[in-house]
Amino acid sequence: MKSSTLTALLALRSDKVPGVLVTDLGSGAQTLLREDMLGGELTLGAEGEQAASAALREDRSRTVEIEGRKLFFQVYNPPLRLFVVGAVHISQALAPMAAMLGYDVTIVDPRQSFATEARFPNVRMTHDWPDEALARFGPDRRSAIVTLTHDPKLDDPALEGALRSPAFYIGALGSRKTHGLRVERLRQAGFSEDEIGRINGPIGLAIGAKSPAEIALAIMAQVTETLRRGPAPAADRAS
Amino acid sequence: MATDASVIDTDDVLTQAKAWRDAGKGVALATVVTTWGSSPRPVGSQLAVSDAQEMIGSVSGGCIEGAVVTEAQQVIDAGAPKLLDFGVSDEQAWEVGLACGGKVQVFVEKLD
Repeated sequence: MKSSTLTALLALRSDKVPGVLVTDLGSGAQTLLREDMLGGELTLGAEGEQAASAALREDRSRTVEIEGRKLFFQVYNPPLRLFVVGAVHISQALAPMAAMLGYDVTIVDPRQSFATEARFPNVRMTHDWPDEALARFGPDRRSAIVTLTHDPKLDDPALEGALRSPAFYIGALGSRKTHGLRVERLRQAGFSEDEIGRINGPIGLAIGAKSPAEIALAIMAQVTETLRRGPAPAADRAS
Repeated sequence: MATDASVIDTDDVLTQAKAWRDAGKGVALATVVTTWGSSPRPVGSQLAVSDAQEMIGSVSGGCIEGAVVTEAQQVIDAGAPKLLDFGVSDEQAWEVGLACGGKVQVFVEKLD
């Protein structure tokens, strides 16, 4: 790898821009395709460019043989993102756990006494209202959103924003009864059963979690399961 | 958020590789490019190796790292990249392979 390629690759990572590094496994020649620009020593035909965009879209690196050349397409997507609504005790365990799993974490809580640097060292925080925060950060299909405040004034606007986004995971803390009332409110707000079914509530895998850290573990286990295996059928969840 | 230093991801491997290079060391980068069957690390996993015998990252659960490091030293010396195949481990102790029964292909390149 040329040192200029490595420098470009590190710049891609710090700019948080999606890209694909294409390597000819025979010669070692490489080209870095950034979503926002093109360039490199390796010339790709139409077939190669198609393979690059497929790898990027599916977020899956792969080796493809094109016109007798073995090309490796390595996907460099920006980190997965996790939006945590509620700077509560569970969030204090959830934030470092999610960071360890590779998520770029943002804590959303307009209550300034909850979302403090002392309680969340080195974590990005916003005091915006959840709907405004989500509109600003624009969660995509590589984002997860969890609501943990127990307060409908904060959780509901967050869930409405989450349901309007393509986030791969949405979870809401609260008992079955609380969730039932929440579902009713979302119905009133005009969301369909399918849309509401995207919400994992009660949140987390059923591992009998009790402490804040255990609940955080159950949540991240369910986020991971959804990321790697796709969403569980609604019937298997809240039961 | 800052990642715990004990957890190594792709960015850490690339950043460390560059730091070694900037310090004047010879550096090779090994990347898993294809897997068949059960394999311990997914396609795209990386290991950086310096000519001072340092390494960061992984391309397996530890079963083939030793062999990859040896090959990496040759790639650092010779300059040309190599594509290595690892299959099921042989009963013979000197045969390097994967105990899990999978197969992986690892591309090793020198950092110019």
